[in-house]
Amino acid sequence: MHILKLITKNLLRHKLRTLLTILGIAVAVTSFGLLRTVVTAWNAGVDASAADRLITRHSVSFIFPLPLAYKDRIEKVNGVERVTFANWFGGVYIDKKQFFARLAVDAKTFFDVYPELIVPQDQLETFKKERNACIIGEQLVERYNLKLGDVMPVEGDIYPGRWEFVVRGIYKPRDKTTDPSNMLIQWNYLDERMKQEMPGRDGYIGWYITQIQDPKNAAFVSSQIDELFKNSPAETKSETERAFQQGFMASISAVLTSMNVLSFVIIGIILLVLGNTMIMSARERLREYSVLKTLGFSSFHLVGLIGGESLAIAVIGGAIGIALSFPMVSGFEAALPKGWFPIFFIEPITLILASGAAVLVGVLAALFPIQRTLTTKIVDGLRQIG
Amino acid sequence: MKIPFKYTIRNLKTRRLTTLLTVTGITLVVFVFSAVLMMAYGIQKTLIETGSDENIIVLRKAATAEITSIIMVDQANILSTLPNIAKTSDGKPLLSKELVAIINLSYSEKKGGIGNVTVRGVTAEGIQLRPNVKLVEGRMFQWGSREIIIGSSINKRFLGTNNGEKIKFGGDQWTIVGWFDAGGSGFDSEIWGDEVQLAAALGYTGAYSSILIRLDRQDAFEDFKNGFNKDLRLQTLDVKREKQFYAEQSEDMAMFIRILGIVVTVIFSLGAMIGAMITMYAAVSNRTVEIGTLRALGFRRRNILAAFLVESLALSLIGGSAGLILASFLQFFNISMMNFGTFSELAFNFSLSPDIVISSLLFSVMMGIIGGFLPSVRAARLNIVNALRSG
Repeated sequence: MHILKLITKNLLRHKLRTLLTILGIAVAVTSFGLLRTVVTAWNAGVDASAADRLITRHSVSFIFPLPLAYKDRIEKVNGVERVTFANWFGGVYIDKKQFFARLAVDAKTFFDVYPELIVPQDQLETFKKERNACIIGEQLVERYNLKLGDVMPVEGDIYPGRWEFVVRGIYKPRDKTTDPSNMLIQWNYLDERMKQEMPGRDGYIGWYITQIQDPKNAAFVSSQIDELFKNSPAETKSETERAFQQGFMASISAVLTSMNVLSFVIIGIILLVLGNTMIMSARERLREYSVLKTLGFSSFHLVGLIGGESLAIAVIGGAIGIALSFPMVSGFEAALPKGWFPIFFIEPITLILASGAAVLVGVLAALFPIQRTLTTKIVDGLRQIG
Repeated sequence: MKIPFKYTIRNLKTRRLTTLLTVTGITLVVFVFSAVLMMAYGIQKTLIETGSDENIIVLRKAATAEITSIIMVDQANILSTLPNIAKTSDGKPLLSKELVAIINLSYSEKKGGIGNVTVRGVTAEGIQLRPNVKLVEGRMFQWGSREIIIGSSINKRFLGTNNGEKIKFGGDQWTIVGWFDAGGSGFDSEIWGDEVQLAAALGYTGAYSSILIRLDRQDAFEDFKNGFNKDLRLQTLDVKREKQFYAEQSEDMAMFIRILGIVVTVIFSLGAMIGAMITMYAAVSNRTVEIGTLRALGFRRRNILAAFLVESLALSLIGGSAGLILASFLQFFNISMMNFGTFSELAFNFSLSPDIVISSLLFSVMMGIIGGFLPSVRAARLNIVNALRSG
């Protein structure tokens, strides 16, 4: 108990210094939280992927389409539950700075394979019946102030021309990692217009999404599918949705790596700030510690005294930092163009890591002063001046 | 009378460990600050150098990149009849109708996975329009054959891209016959082949991705644009200077890196300033008697203030220079990542510019002044008698 009292007294001795150190740690923990959140936001696609879905695309690259006729053949592969498909529609809504995915999907099957997009049954029925209908995520409703029945004009690029879609449905994301900002239109409508305006481009889709019965068979089913189309003009490459998303992450690994390095650098900086404070305090109190030793306090007490002070500062600073990271993260999201990160929230793991880092730093920062205090001879300590 | 600079240096030396910790903190902050700016500048520089001042480029209006742009053959033919287009030596309009596609190649073993690579179908005029692209190994592909040449940054990053090796796409094998160097521009991350061959193999008949044009005079852009805009058949297309087009492609990525970098460094610098402040406050309180003595010797308050500010500035400048020197080594690293503007990989270097050097040093000086000001004021305001007594 005495130790706790001493720690508190010591903390309050240089109020300004303690306050500044706590502030420094809080600031560093906040930026750690922010960086980790950016990394998890990039990774959101990987987290959102379901284990029982395979993505089949053109083997040359994602920009080449696949024939619609493949659908029936994939459905017959053993272990396949159901197949749907989608197509990157692209185009420009309002201006080129509006980032959200615009996909043409198979109205009949798409929402069965993606149960995480929750659409009211009546809206889904309307969507299936009306050719120029679209279903949008609730984040888009908010961002562009849309409601059911509104028209969204899109200027096509990959599919040239002016397109007008009527909002007939609004989906809610089931999980926190589900993208709430997709715009889904009917592939049939796209195909009909292609048939009229650019014959030869009809009958093609972007990629197939296959739901399989048992996720354990993913590798086998993938190879079975690819085998079907081997040596055809459009060979395929199938992989699990997770692997597909990870492949995408590999292409921006430079950014991810640098952010990971940065988050370590931040921990380093916290360590420097706290370590500095602890070393200065221990140097100033060397004489007192020698007095304590003379009075019969054991090394154990001294370790508790210094370590406890360091930990207390780290934990208080860490707690403030975590509390600050919530407004910080929302401020950062507001500073970026809308839609860059449809999913941007602090994951529990980030909070655990941040607290862990603060505690670790508290322990590490105390090591050097403890070692110095313990190895100083009592006589030298008593002799030391300021 | 000024307090000698030597006094400051000696002080820093006395508390070596504390000085070192503070300097290291500032070094890290400045390192991060300049590294982020260098990365954003590197991307921009690479893409800006890709475009030439003399060329203009035509794309579909809604397209943000060549990959999503479609220009119909009849539109392309109309374009080539517009006035103000320069002529080749044999009298043809100097313009290149090109196609751009993306293929997947496997990364070299270390990284794993596959990356998106831009494949560009060019014409003889297209080569003429890009004089900065030079063949450095092997030979040029033959027109009318399934041969390709690759940019200088491709081979380092992707498997199966040595001279003489074949890449399979578009239902055929394409032989790599040479490497070209485009002077660190975006073309270094591309694969080039004959437009006619690529179009046939990839099924791009009846349309192009983009059209690159040289005008007959440097200042003809406005005239050309007026003529272009008046033609109703070209309403769905858009014309830009090539340089501007590539600069726009780097905007989003560079902006993201900058926003993130600036947010992080501002927070970081708060941390480092606090570190400097703690150090300087401790320096002041440890030296109370010393300060009293200096004052008794006749040094003024402002001399004391200056001495402590100089000490803090010295700390921050040493840290700042160290951070900048560390960061400048990053220039030797060539990194590549997906450019979201084009969906394909772009290789670039961290680049240092005089602006970045100046802003990094200013940044560290600022940290020193802000971190050192309050402690210096406290030192200057100490009462002589009390200060002398406090020991």
